[in-house]
Amino acid sequence: MELSGILPTVIEIAYLLAAVFFIVGLERLSSPTTARGGNLIGAIGMLLAMVATLLDTHIISFTWIIVGVVIGSAIGAFLARWVQMTAMPQMVAVFNGFGGGASALVAAAEYLRAGGGAAESFTVSLTIVLSVLIGAVTFSGSFIAWAKLEGHFERAMTYPGQQVVNALILLLGIASGVFLIVSGQHVNVFIVLTVVSLILGIVFVMPIGGADMPVVVALLNSYSGLAAAATGFVLNNAALIISGALVGASGIILSNIMCRAMNRSLANVLFGAFGSQTQAVGGGTSAEGKIVRDINAEDAAIMMAYSDSVVFVPGYGMAVAQAQHQVRELAELLGERGVTVKFAIHPVAGRMPGHMNVLLAEANVPYDQLFEMDQINPEMERTDVAVVIGANDVVNPDAEENKASPLYGMPIIKVHEAHNCIVMKRSLNPGFAGVDNPLFYKDKTRMLFGDAKKSLTALVNELKKID
Amino acid sequence: MVPGLLFAVYVFVLAMFVGFEVITKVPTILHTPLMSGSNAISGITIIGALLVAGASSDPTLRTILGVLAVIMAMINVVGGFMVTDRMLQMFRKKGEKGA
Repeated sequence: MELSGILPTVIEIAYLLAAVFFIVGLERLSSPTTARGGNLIGAIGMLLAMVATLLDTHIISFTWIIVGVVIGSAIGAFLARWVQMTAMPQMVAVFNGFGGGASALVAAAEYLRAGGGAAESFTVSLTIVLSVLIGAVTFSGSFIAWAKLEGHFERAMTYPGQQVVNALILLLGIASGVFLIVSGQHVNVFIVLTVVSLILGIVFVMPIGGADMPVVVALLNSYSGLAAAATGFVLNNAALIISGALVGASGIILSNIMCRAMNRSLANVLFGAFGSQTQAVGGGTSAEGKIVRDINAEDAAIMMAYSDSVVFVPGYGMAVAQAQHQVRELAELLGERGVTVKFAIHPVAGRMPGHMNVLLAEANVPYDQLFEMDQINPEMERTDVAVVIGANDVVNPDAEENKASPLYGMPIIKVHEAHNCIVMKRSLNPGFAGVDNPLFYKDKTRMLFGDAKKSLTALVNELKKID
Repeated sequence: MVPGLLFAVYVFVLAMFVGFEVITKVPTILHTPLMSGSNAISGITIIGALLVAGASSDPTLRTILGVLAVIMAMINVVGGFMVTDRMLQMFRKKGEKGA
């Protein structure tokens, strides 16, 4: 048999292998000990798929491919190397956006290829439209998510009639898509579809507040996979379909987990405009007339040093203050004194799934000291000191006790059950949900005001003095 | 074309199930690397981008779209896998020494 005869088969087999590598790679992510190897396997799968594609006889010029690969790899490597761990949510959002954008561009190019007036087959038109739509929404939506995570227009942006306007935009997108599928080649309509899809991505993320970004990033992750799968349908390529489906599934699972951890539905997160204003909540949670007891670093250090068990509860505030290294130092000093130290991680602490885990890992906190909410809560009432570092809504007892609170029903880390609770916070300002936190006024709560990093450094210094 | 499409849908649906099975097993502490790693996998769209960018020797509008797609997909792929590796090398148990 001639080489050119078996080449397509060889390429297909390489694609199949790549898909297997991706699945095995993801499977290895089930344990921290095998995860790094799993990621490498995934990367090898990608390399394999790329090399196989380059063997394709449809590729007749390599000049522009080389240009694109070199530029893209350089940018990607630069970003990956220099991004700070605290900025990881933004980074993932950006990478995501580029993936979605690439899928949309490939679909657009396939649309151009058909050229002329010849009606495309129904299947091809349908999949091209889907691919452009999902890809462009992912692209623009991810960059809005990035901006929100960077702290620009972080609050939910709403105006009266917003959902009607958004529905009309969506309708326009669907209408232009259907028109293209039914009547084939109309470059102007294709441009309308692309622009409308980009706008859709923007208006879809704008009304969602900064703290709900974990859900949005997970959902966009899913979309970027679905966009790749749609492109796979366009090109009739199984490797794209399988990989896209895997990523689609992963994003759906993660957004589900996030929603469950907030006791809210996906629809509520996407359309509820949560946290768009500071709500005045009934049930007597007003700050007036309540006593706040503060504590200085020296007393806090003594309290921790002479306890048997300390549980740290980190939140987004720790990420903002970049205080993870100081937390680790404090934890180590306590550990040396024989105090049992644990970290309690709420599923939605931070701005992306698993955000706190990555930060603490960066600071060299061993992962066997990290505990999920369900593991740690039964132990809280036997804990001497719970130390809350820049977390607020995820430790708000109103979620359990006050039916009038918008947080009611959300599972929390029960720091109020510990014997003592130290809350590190800049001020008494409410958290993202705009809800006051009765934890601050409880008898056994002590507030340690100030920047988390400075407070922790002071705690470390005080702790070193004790002996 | 329809049997071909149907076959592709089979592949898609079954792959979704595999995805659900595999990814449900990923523990919470690895959710960020899972996101960035699966993100890198969605860069598989590079296959399509390469095919488009290399389809003709004199550059057309298609080629331009193709090259842009290659650049974006490569940012996604290289950045995604590298940043995931950077995160995963940080995870260690008590007593394990860091790299």
